[in-house]
Formats: sequence, structure tokens, C-alpha cells
Amino acid sequence: MLKKNEIKVGDIYSEKIVEDLKRTQIVQYAGASGDYNPLHSDDKFTKEIAGYPGVFAHGMLSMGMTGKMLTNFVGDGTLKKYGVRFTNQVWPGDSLESTATIIDIKEENGETLAEIAIETKNQDGATVITGSATAKVS
Amino acid sequence: MSKIKMPVEKSHIMMFARSIGDANPKYYEEKDEEVVAPPTFIQSSAQFDPEYFLRPKIGGDNWFGSGKDATGMKSSGSGSGGGGAAMGLHAEQHYEYHQPLKVGDVISATVKPGKSWEKESKRAGKLKFSESVTEYRNQDGELIITATSVGVVTEKPVEN
Repeated sequence: MLKKNEIKVGDIYSEKIVEDLKRTQIVQYAGASGDYNPLHSDDKFTKEIAGYPGVFAHGMLSMGMTGKMLTNFVGDGTLKKYGVRFTNQVWPGDSLESTATIIDIKEENGETLAEIAIETKNQDGATVITGSATAKVS
Repeated sequence: MSKIKMPVEKSHIMMFARSIGDANPKYYEEKDEEVVAPPTFIQSSAQFDPEYFLRPKIGGDNWFGSGKDATGMKSSGSGSGGGGAAMGLHAEQHYEYHQPLKVGDVISATVKPGKSWEKESKRAGKLKFSESVTEYRNQDGELIITATSVGVVTEKPVEN
């Protein structure tokens, strides 16, 4: 858990959340999450029917990997809110870096909360996720 | 009312953590009661929805992914069948955590439709957005997570 006297607005935490994303990891995510949309594992379908150059990652895989950065930063079980927008697709071979920035620290109903802005970018600097989170602080 | 009834299990959390590359030892080693599920783990409640449309059904022959042909959809006509389903993309996802999601919880879900709206996009034509709000409760009826999902159906594949 973040400690109130150790953090300040503007603090940044970042982490590489995946390097050279493998198709197999996308299949792992399909199996664990139960989302078997062929767009994420079926190249033939994705090219010939959906019209994309090939399979791509579940948005929720990118959100899950970004969430790993977040819990590494704020601790387990401290999140009050976590939300994202998926701004670009994530493809096999992508390497992603995710950043959390503390934008506010406030008191609410007797709790201290950190407001966090989130951004995940690919190797070309394109943003694939923007989001925000609220975490309890001790 | 959805038919989801999801027992939160340690081995499922482990598999989920592996799939997102999360090395937090709590997901692999420690005692059940110490584990709070990863923040997006509730999404895997899809495994426990008997009607989830993105899972091939046992004995079903209309799965839209490829087999011999590029799509297994047998219905003809507009041609939008499988492609139409596949054009749905995830636009936004938001979670509000009311209580920690823990091993041993049995989660049920109530889904409510939310807003819907349209937008023009240079990269994908007309975009139709629709929102759904899901309340996940534990075996005691306590609200654990509220999830808001925004899906988008694009007019054409997103240009990259």
C-alpha cells in the first residue's frame, strides 16, 4: 500500500508490461478469461472474414497487463476504481510500457485516496490504453 | 439477470495471473485467504456464463471461427453473420471495487443495459457504442464489483 507521507502529486511509476507479445500469450489469456473470440487466435477468420491483418490481443489482456503494473505500484486490494479506454489495438510482437502518475491525493469519508492517471504505450510511442484509477493510501 | 454463478478459485486466479504475466507470488504460493484477485479477474466470470457467445458450445455447430472454411457460420444471407459479430470491439472498461474479490466467494451477476450512442470515425466509419453495467455480488448478496463495459461496432475494420 502506498504511504501518504511517501507520495506526492506528480509521482510517476512505470513498468514494461510485455516485451514482444507472443500469440501464445494471447491464447493463454483466451483460455483463462474464457473470451474465445476468434479475432484473438484464429488468423484465417481474422484476415478473411473480419478484414484485419491478423490476430490481435484482447483489450482486456492489455487492461490486465496494465493492471499488473497498477497493483505492483499501489498494492493488492487497495483499488477503489480502475477504468480504461482502448485507443489502439495491440498486436503480436508489440512491446508495451505502462505508466501511472499520481494526479491528486485527497481525503474522502475518512480514507486517504490517490487519484492516478494511466497510460500504456507501444514500442512506436502510440497510446494503446488511457485510464485512471483510485487507490487507498495508508 | 445473468445466469453467472462463479466460484472464485485459486487455480483459476493462478492461470489468469500467468496469462497477464503477473509474477505476484500471492497468486501462486500463499494461502487462499491472503489472495485478493487481480483487478480484472472478474472478467473471467464469462467462463461461468452458460450462454456466453464468445465460447463454442458443446454440440453446437454454428461457431463463427474457422474450421474447413474461414467461418463456421452456416447461416447465409446478409453475409454479416460471423463478420458482424466479430466487428464488435471493446472500447472501454471501468471497474468500481466495493469489497475485495477473494477465493471462496461465489459470485452472481446482474446486467443492465446502459447508454448507447454513435460517432463518426476516420479510421473505422460509423461507430455504434453501447454500454452495459454489471453488478457482481457474493454469496451473501454483498456488492463486490460494479463493472461498466462499452462495446463498439465499427462500420469497417479499424485502419492501422
